[in-house]
Amino acid sequence: MKELFRRTPGRFTSARRDADQQIPENLWTKCPACGEITYVKQLNDQLKVCKCGYHMRLSVAEWLQLFDRDSFVEEDRELAPVDALQFVSAKDNYAQKLRETQAATGMNDALLTGRATLNGADVQLAISNWEFIGGSMGSVFGERLARATERAAERGVPLITITATGGARQHEGVLSLMQMAKTNMALTRLSAARQLHIALLIDPCYAGVLASYASVADVIIAEPGARIGFAGRRVIEQTIRQKLPASFQTAEFLLEHGMVDMVTPRGELRATIQRLIGLHAPAATRFSHSGNGVLREPLPLS
Amino acid sequence: MNTGLTAWDKVQIARHGRRPHTLDYIRACCEDFVEFHGDRRFGDDPAMVAGVARLDGRTVVVIGHQKGSDTRENLRRNFGMPRPEGYRKALRMFRHAERFGFPVVCFIDTPGADPSMQSEERGQAEAIAENILVMAGLRVPIVATVIGEGGSGGALAISVADRLLMLEYTTYSVASPEATAAILWHDAARAPEAAQVMRITAPDLLDLGVADAIIAEPDGGAHLDPTAALLNTAAAVRHHVAELAGVPIDVLLARRYAKYRAIGQVQQHPPPPVEPREVPNLSFG
Repeated sequence: MKELFRRTPGRFTSARRDADQQIPENLWTKCPACGEITYVKQLNDQLKVCKCGYHMRLSVAEWLQLFDRDSFVEEDRELAPVDALQFVSAKDNYAQKLRETQAATGMNDALLTGRATLNGADVQLAISNWEFIGGSMGSVFGERLARATERAAERGVPLITITATGGARQHEGVLSLMQMAKTNMALTRLSAARQLHIALLIDPCYAGVLASYASVADVIIAEPGARIGFAGRRVIEQTIRQKLPASFQTAEFLLEHGMVDMVTPRGELRATIQRLIGLHAPAATRFSHSGNGVLREPLPLS
Repeated sequence: MNTGLTAWDKVQIARHGRRPHTLDYIRACCEDFVEFHGDRRFGDDPAMVAGVARLDGRTVVVIGHQKGSDTRENLRRNFGMPRPEGYRKALRMFRHAERFGFPVVCFIDTPGADPSMQSEERGQAEAIAENILVMAGLRVPIVATVIGEGGSGGALAISVADRLLMLEYTTYSVASPEATAAILWHDAARAPEAAQVMRITAPDLLDLGVADAIIAEPDGGAHLDPTAALLNTAAAVRHHVAELAGVPIDVLLARRYAKYRAIGQVQQHPPPPVEPREVPNLSFG
């Protein structure tokens, strides 16, 4: 089964070439894993999961549909990045890259945050946009997430993070690194408010982001086949000078090594998150933490 | 001071094999050092040293990345790149410090966390993330000093602190210049250029609001007069620990929160309007 999730560069190339040649992109999609060509409408009905089990990437707008229809209210939309280091090199101009990416995505930076409901339950949410410089975390990403976390603590609602990322944004240097501290700092408030953080790790989820808020969630859910790790595969292969097994750093590998709570197919996500929120809601808490350590009256069995 | 040195020059000085390393600094700052070993879960990591010691008559927990001063010792110490068990040993020591009310003194000297298959299997990212979270709320003062390289999450995992001090020629960065060049330009050989644009030297970090103070080094670097570097550092660490020890812990925690909450630069403007893309209807049930 794991064979099906392997993504080799060769397969990507052939998928792209075929698409250029003959498949009208808006009608049919070819699975990068198994090569199966599926009618787009049918694929959408399957939440963009191929029959072989391969989970195709969803856009931020598509992920929003995990929540109740029209319930999403964006917050901090106007927070925008600053080229604090004046990062310009022969090959790279950060200010220009930002302008181009903003124009292409309609977002100021790589994280979308706001409030929504899931089956009627209020939540704060944060979804990273892989199309925005690889979902990388810089000052704006960190600030929006910290604010969303603090709001979740103040409002007494759970925080749900959905993360695909290459890690910290290099162009903002050490300021990006410090967002790892900032986001975890804010999470101490959520913890003090006794609110749940559910992290959904989607493909790919790496480096500084995995080594901060994503790994300290109360519940960690990974999408099947998602690649998740700290050091990139290429870096490790260069260090040990040998090929790594295909299953290395997949969601299933992390589950086996005790690093995630569950690997959940897309079709079961909403129900799973809903159950987790319900189980952690204040009404379900039977034990009083108010100080006297006395059990409250048990809830009626029904 | 240090006119004419490029960021890349400073990277070379920060990595110099003859610079004093963590154990030298512990001995210079403290008396009565007792080293602790092991994370009580998997193993002991020689790339991270930790223990208790006396600093100005006060017991402190000391933790630091440990590089070697020759190839043999560097192989044993994994070039100062901790594995998860190194970070979990540090974690255990943070908890020890909190339980007994000891201030924590950390020394930062790593190219980054160990990138290997074994470290991934044992949860390198989780080990780093958990330390950052615990340091964020640790109810004792934390003073961290960069004595060489401060590389990436591997450095941050023991340097979320009330005071971050940097020796004059040290660096602290989101990734090593080699890694940044490889990530952005797929060419690690362009590290000197990356070092220049990344703003990784001690004065840069002071400017960016990340470092709190710079400790002067002997002309040309700590390796040219280790004793002077050790004495300067010991004086600075003692000063900051003594100062923080007098602050009520809730005040200290509020300041620590505010410090990290404020790091970063943002502005306000609406995102550019774009043609709305058609979003297919997905039914998650």
